[in-house]
Amino acid sequence: MSLVANPRRYVISIIFIGVAIIMLLRLFFLQNFEPKYKILANDIAIYKKVVYPPRGVILDRKGRTLLSNTPIYDLMITPRNVPKTLDTAELCASLNIDKATYESILGKVLVRNLEVRQSPFMELLNEEQTARFQENAYKFPGFELIERNIRIYEKPIAGLMLGYIGEVSPEMLKKPRYATYRQGDYTGLSGLELQYEEVLRGQRGVHYLERDKFNRPRDPYRGGELDSQEVSGKQLELYLDMDLQEYAEKLMANKIGSVVAIDPQTGGILAMVSSPTYDPNLLRGKARSRNYAKLYREATRPLFNRATQAMYPPGSTIKPFTGLVALNVGAITPGYGYPCHGGYGGCSRKIACEHSDAGHSANFRAALAHSCNSYFCHIFRMTVDNNEGKTVKQGLQMWHDYYTSFAYGRQTGIDIPYEGKGLVPDTTLYNKMYNKSWNSCTIVFVGMGQGELLLTPLQMANGMCIIANKGYYYTPHFVKSIGKNEKDTLLKKYQEKHVVLNIPDTTFTIVQQAMQDVVDHGTAGGAKIEGITVCAKTGTAENKAVVNGEVIKMQNHSMFVAFAPRENPKIAIAVAIENSGYGATWAGPIASLVMEKYLKDSVTYKRKAVEDKMMNAKLINKYVYTIDSVIRLRDKMIYEAKVERKRIKDSISNAEDLAIYNKWINYKLKN
Amino acid sequence: MSTIRKSLFNRLDGIVLLLYIMLVSIGILAIFSVEHRTTDTSIIMMNKSYMRQVIWLGYSLFIGFIIILTDSKFFSSFAFLLYTICIAVLIITIFAGVDVKGSRSWLGIGSFRFQPGEVAKIFTSLALAKFLSLNETNFKKLKNRFIGAAIALTPALLILMQKETGLALVYFTFFLVMYREGLPNAILLIGFGAIALVLTSLLIDRTTLAIILSGLTLLIGYITRSTLKRNIGARIILICVWLIAITFSQFAVPFVFKNILQKHQIERIYSMIGIEVPNEYNKAFAPGDEKKEKTNSSEYNVLQSKIAIGSGGMFGKGYLNGTSTKNQFVPEQNTDFIFCAVGEQFGFVGSAALIIIYISLMLRIIHLGERQRSDFTRIYAYCVACILFFHFAVNISMTIGLAPVIGITLPFISYGGSSLLSFSILIFILVRLDADRQVLIR
Repeated sequence: MSLVANPRRYVISIIFIGVAIIMLLRLFFLQNFEPKYKILANDIAIYKKVVYPPRGVILDRKGRTLLSNTPIYDLMITPRNVPKTLDTAELCASLNIDKATYESILGKVLVRNLEVRQSPFMELLNEEQTARFQENAYKFPGFELIERNIRIYEKPIAGLMLGYIGEVSPEMLKKPRYATYRQGDYTGLSGLELQYEEVLRGQRGVHYLERDKFNRPRDPYRGGELDSQEVSGKQLELYLDMDLQEYAEKLMANKIGSVVAIDPQTGGILAMVSSPTYDPNLLRGKARSRNYAKLYREATRPLFNRATQAMYPPGSTIKPFTGLVALNVGAITPGYGYPCHGGYGGCSRKIACEHSDAGHSANFRAALAHSCNSYFCHIFRMTVDNNEGKTVKQGLQMWHDYYTSFAYGRQTGIDIPYEGKGLVPDTTLYNKMYNKSWNSCTIVFVGMGQGELLLTPLQMANGMCIIANKGYYYTPHFVKSIGKNEKDTLLKKYQEKHVVLNIPDTTFTIVQQAMQDVVDHGTAGGAKIEGITVCAKTGTAENKAVVNGEVIKMQNHSMFVAFAPRENPKIAIAVAIENSGYGATWAGPIASLVMEKYLKDSVTYKRKAVEDKMMNAKLINKYVYTIDSVIRLRDKMIYEAKVERKRIKDSISNAEDLAIYNKWINYKLKN
Repeated sequence: MSTIRKSLFNRLDGIVLLLYIMLVSIGILAIFSVEHRTTDTSIIMMNKSYMRQVIWLGYSLFIGFIIILTDSKFFSSFAFLLYTICIAVLIITIFAGVDVKGSRSWLGIGSFRFQPGEVAKIFTSLALAKFLSLNETNFKKLKNRFIGAAIALTPALLILMQKETGLALVYFTFFLVMYREGLPNAILLIGFGAIALVLTSLLIDRTTLAIILSGLTLLIGYITRSTLKRNIGARIILICVWLIAITFSQFAVPFVFKNILQKHQIERIYSMIGIEVPNEYNKAFAPGDEKKEKTNSSEYNVLQSKIAIGSGGMFGKGYLNGTSTKNQFVPEQNTDFIFCAVGEQFGFVGSAALIIIYISLMLRIIHLGERQRSDFTRIYAYCVACILFFHFAVNISMTIGLAPVIGITLPFISYGGSSLLSFSILIFILVRLDADRQVLIR
């Protein structure tokens, strides 16, 4: 034992302190300069649970459910959290899939969403799969069931109008509208589901939970202060009447065409049928893409909304408007008559008229009641020609302005997407068509609703609203209230009154009177409803199809427009049935039945026979299928030729080859 | 030297006991923070580790009390006997041990289990202190140095046979004690040199390493050429060092890796230095070892541990808010990786405070050692300090990726009865011996 302190004491102390300093330095850098560990800690230990709120339900005008939800489960995967030692065999067994399927899905997920993000692994599990997975869920870290709601259509009606939902596609995700969406989210893809997506969807809730290494969620992270609560989607109440819609769809069964019924006082759509229709329940869940493809291939094109997108020549149903404009511009007076003897000879071609008896076009009322072609061709010419020194072009433009104010030739602005515009010809169009050399004779057919004039059934029904209201309309729309609020900003534009170019009430009264005559003692006798004053107009629209470059004249479209009651209009309707014959034969009775059903709640016993006849009539012509297949074949050939041409073009290197090739392909196409 | 002797309890070293109580309390709070769930209705739950740790603390304090009441001469008198019994128990353990995770280091008597390897540290310390403090021991003699090394390493060898490598390595820390008692300075140089050589031979291709070593030797030879010319001995030493270094790196290291170390140990060492295990050391799993494959991915352990500590930041996430430690992401959470709980919840500030407490304790123990009249107590104190240091340094280093994961505990803090009890006994014996520092104990 030495009295002097042993120096080795300090050596050892220095070693101790030295090691401690190294550790402190390491800790200092680890804890303060390596943020990745913080991110990793949050990644592994904090579980972001996304809660999908129930989508808004859709109700009809009487509060009956049209579209609601039922819970169903999706299986989500976070590949990074799946351990290598996962018992895939057991997982596959509980999901009822084989190993190859598992691998292929996993591969797809990895390509699409990489390792870190949670992505859908299997969607819309059935009850058995859900139960079996839930039992063993703790064995499968990285996998998780997420509850989500699937849509249920209470009745198989109004499929096109209600629309459907589906997974948001990668292309959609690039658009700003879908900025808040993630792969695997559902979104409305058509109809009201698409139009009111933002309202129906609600707000996703995000709950942060701590989880343990077995991936079991535990306490809320930081007491839930970061959580956002989910907000349920708002309910939509429609003007649509469920019974009326169903009834109209029944009447339109086995026919190609559409029915549009609007409440003129609000612009609310009471029923909208595009026939043939389909069961909307086919387009939900897993089977959607398969069924969609099937429906898409149908020759009758049930996915095409004829009510808003199909453009028909309105035929005689336009005559009230021809008259309205002629009266308003002063081209004729109500008492004006035209001597028709079964045809119009004012122009080089003779235009046939159904009637030849003298006096059937003695005045405006009589002419409309009997739907005299000569009369309306003539007054149309008078409208565009006889205009105090103005040219026919100026006359037509003025006429065009009137029609545009009737929402013809432009979108009405209905609240389902992809509305057709129709076509109201103007001077530009005719100048193009006839190289500027045309006159009122060239375009005379427009006066009787043929020629270049094309309208959608929606526009025709809206036109009826204008006459019923004597000069104004509300943009046709489905939704009455959003989340029980009728004053929602989204609905503001539908509550705006659109007044058409100043036409006095008296002019409308004349037209209404004439349309009442159509029913009382004119062409639409079959549309009478007991105790109700109906104003209507029949139409029989000639139409042509172009098949393989040949123009074929097809059977006439049966058209009908009406509104009732005249004194206090409650319903305005347009019915179009393709290639079925006279307007009075099919479209008229159907329109009348729908109106009666709506106004009286049921159809009188006396009309049961008519009802049965309408419901059972099969008016789809066989050549629809032929034409469809020809068109599809042509489309296919064009597509294949395009592909072939591109392929060859890509392989041809010099211009000389290209010239020879072009000659060859032209030769090929000619034959 | 005052003639009025204070009572026994007043002579106990308050600072050591205070630091001891601080560390044990931190330990129980850390274990509590890992185990506590917000859903728990009561704090007192007997099935939780922290409650068991409290009970073990009770035992430890009770035994500590008995130790305080024991005559200080008892420890030196019975040192060799206790050591012999301890060696016998260790031998028995090799054969009668309970198989826990592949090592047979636990002895079970009824439901009571303990790890003789943990407790053996105490008796080895006592025996080493006794041997070195004997009057007839001249530690300058080579023979005595070998006996000292044998006392220290016999338990290590037995524990190695129980496949508890980490615990065995602790016994090498006694060389630091022996260094204090007179081993040449070269022992430190050799120690650090060997560690450096092992690491470089793992990191660098062996042929390259041989060339570098040879180049280094030639460089040293060139710099010291004047000395070498004059001194034949120096020349021989240089050549010997070169030969030993080459042999060590070229043959000894591969031999140890191929034949002695187990697969998971190799993996741990390589994961610490951060490179893949080369093909030549890639062993197939021994039969029955498949289970280890899942749990022993040491890279995962260290990563999780680093995530927990690294995410603590400067001030930590707050008590009971450790997302990683609370939710069992870090394996061996309560025992080997308990430091993560401190690092995550209290951040750098808390970790540094803990390290400072440890260093204070160790320096205080060295101070106690140096103030003794008795060599026995001084050597024993150094043993305690060095054991604590080794555990502390290796355990914390492995949680922050500075050392390979070898299963040794953080003294006083890690959950575990054997560990807490043996460290408590170490401390209490020291305090007891220190209380009699005026008495010469042989």
